[in-house]
Amino acid sequence: MAKINESLFSAEGLDKRLNLTQFNKVMMTEYWIPKDINFLWAMGVVLASTFMILIVSGIFLMMYYKPDTALAFDSVNYTIMQEVGFGWLFRHMHGVAASVVFLIIYIHMFTGLYYGSYKKGREMIWISGMLLFVTFSAAGFSGYMLPWGQMSYWAAAVITNLFSGGSLHADFLVEWIRGGYSVGDATLTRFFMLHVFLMPIIILGIIVLHFYTLRIPHVNNQESDDIDFDAEAEKYLAGNKKESKVIPFWPVFLSKDFAILGAFLIFYFYLVFFNYEFAMDPVNFDPADPMVTPAHIYPEWYFLWSYEVLRGFFFDIAGMSAMDIGLIAFAFAQVIFMIVPFIDRDPDILPAFKRPRFNIWFWVLMFDLVVLSVYGKLPPTGMNAWIGFFATLTFLGLFAIFPFITKADAKARGAL
Amino acid sequence: MREFKILGVLVFFTALLYIGVEPFAHSQMHAHVEAPEYDFKDADGVDKALVGNAQNGAALVQANCIACHSITKAGFAPMMDDATSAASYGVVPPDLSTAGTMYDPHFLAAFIKNPAKATKTEHKFEDGAVHPMPSYDWMKPQEIADMVAYLKSIAPKTMTNKEVFNDACNRCHSMKYDGMKIITDGPNGVRKEGVKARSDVSKYMGKTPPDLSQYIRSRSESYLHEFINDPQKHLAGTAMPRVGLTEKAENQVIKYMEEIGEVKKPEREALAPKFLAYLLIFTIFAFLWKAKIWREVH
Repeated sequence: MAKINESLFSAEGLDKRLNLTQFNKVMMTEYWIPKDINFLWAMGVVLASTFMILIVSGIFLMMYYKPDTALAFDSVNYTIMQEVGFGWLFRHMHGVAASVVFLIIYIHMFTGLYYGSYKKGREMIWISGMLLFVTFSAAGFSGYMLPWGQMSYWAAAVITNLFSGGSLHADFLVEWIRGGYSVGDATLTRFFMLHVFLMPIIILGIIVLHFYTLRIPHVNNQESDDIDFDAEAEKYLAGNKKESKVIPFWPVFLSKDFAILGAFLIFYFYLVFFNYEFAMDPVNFDPADPMVTPAHIYPEWYFLWSYEVLRGFFFDIAGMSAMDIGLIAFAFAQVIFMIVPFIDRDPDILPAFKRPRFNIWFWVLMFDLVVLSVYGKLPPTGMNAWIGFFATLTFLGLFAIFPFITKADAKARGAL
Repeated sequence: MREFKILGVLVFFTALLYIGVEPFAHSQMHAHVEAPEYDFKDADGVDKALVGNAQNGAALVQANCIACHSITKAGFAPMMDDATSAASYGVVPPDLSTAGTMYDPHFLAAFIKNPAKATKTEHKFEDGAVHPMPSYDWMKPQEIADMVAYLKSIAPKTMTNKEVFNDACNRCHSMKYDGMKIITDGPNGVRKEGVKARSDVSKYMGKTPPDLSQYIRSRSESYLHEFINDPQKHLAGTAMPRVGLTEKAENQVIKYMEEIGEVKKPEREALAPKFLAYLLIFTIFAFLWKAKIWREVH
């Protein structure tokens, strides 16, 4: 180790010990981002900020929340909402952010899909991002149980029951997850642990990984132009800022992010104050009652599309029970986005508007996901069941043809 | 411009999804019922043209009602304590001091004539079971009008929201969050105390009627109005009686539910503009700063 004589308590001394100048260059002032981007590129910073809102509001809520089936409901709806100063604000912020964060995750994810930012060097960004989607889902589900309202209880009962695997009858697994034969106090306390400790720690770790996977391959751009980052960076540093195709993360990229973050926060706080029922379901303001099943049980909006894939098959086919087929389709839906980089057979990185067949595929998928979400909430009876069934088939079919469509695009372009 | 086009696509899909899973889905899930009707036209009361005589009514009420009902306002104390009363009748008969204020007179007349029919709970009283209050349909319409006139004459002109809730709802429904205290006594005992229902009616109603502390959040205001006005519309077969509240009294009940269940609503509404104004200023400055920085690179 090189001996350092400068005092720790001087800028120079601190820099010599921690190499902050270099660190600042690598992470901020010489972390190069393409210039040709639009506001969709700000979603990462919007997500990081929303996650911070969740952490901070969650810490305040945890000071008064009581993970006990006899106390949970009143600790949330009375103590936090009525007695604690601004407790209602933190609860609304937490509940709405937990819902809005998924809107931004979906935008972020489909931006990556649209611009082809998941392949040929960017696979790790995509995979770590999908892991974040999975862990956020787990955090969302475990958190939804905590207020111990009717929807908390019944969603927990329905979802934990899925782990029995239909006709596999893995009831021991369901029991192990619940900590009992039915959803009860043991279930609540363990999901509390998952929600406030294990999931946040895992998420924080994967966020760091996600940022790291991004640093080397760099962010994609609107035209999926293959940029020589070193050459462009040299231009920028030499003062040819206008000609260079890149900008530094700080301050240029972040200045745009902050502006968009501001606009997002106006939208978010409007929801916090005026339109929160989509995120804080009225049914959950009835205390949990194992003896009374609510008329309609549905998950939060961001799980609806996969929930509909689960129940889309509502009749037995060739001796296989509807439940089993549904579970297989559901499992397929959970992993299929993860492996998109490997079933895309187009060797080029291009945005959808330069891949005609993929472009159609993408927008059909968007509409199908909306249809699945809407019919995932509606009662699955009569016509609704059939629309849900065909939307599920469309979803599965889209991924079945995905390798061929991507290959056909490449062939038509002469790349294969 | 490209960014606005992208924003348009984003707004379109977000709005489509929102409308589909919120207003549209909820309109499909919840039955649409007729609007509340405060004249109680279907109630079998007495001819509205009959003018009641409060003095005659006083004599009739004393002869027919106070054996079971107290009217503390007029000096008639309860005959028995609540427990004995509940054991004798199955349910504690209500005090009649405020009936004339809260209940619609036409409904009140129909109720006196046939309580089960007026409250739409006849399905509860089959196979020999009878409503604890006998029907007075043997009386002359004029006599019933007189009794209603008497009840109106002794009733207070105005009642607070809480008084209406206490007299109209609190006999069956508790309101825990009104003055709730979470009391921990002993090593593992936790008691939560607030306004309790005035009697244990679980036996009479079939189950303990729900606590209403959070009903202002769990039910929409229009649902509450429709339900209180006529519970059978939304919940056919429910044991909850139609109580015949006037529109004003019903509004007071819901206002009280909001005062207890949504204590922080005024604070929320006062804080919102400040928050949004701050963020608007932040965003304007952020865009100005962005424009300044990007001028160098574009």
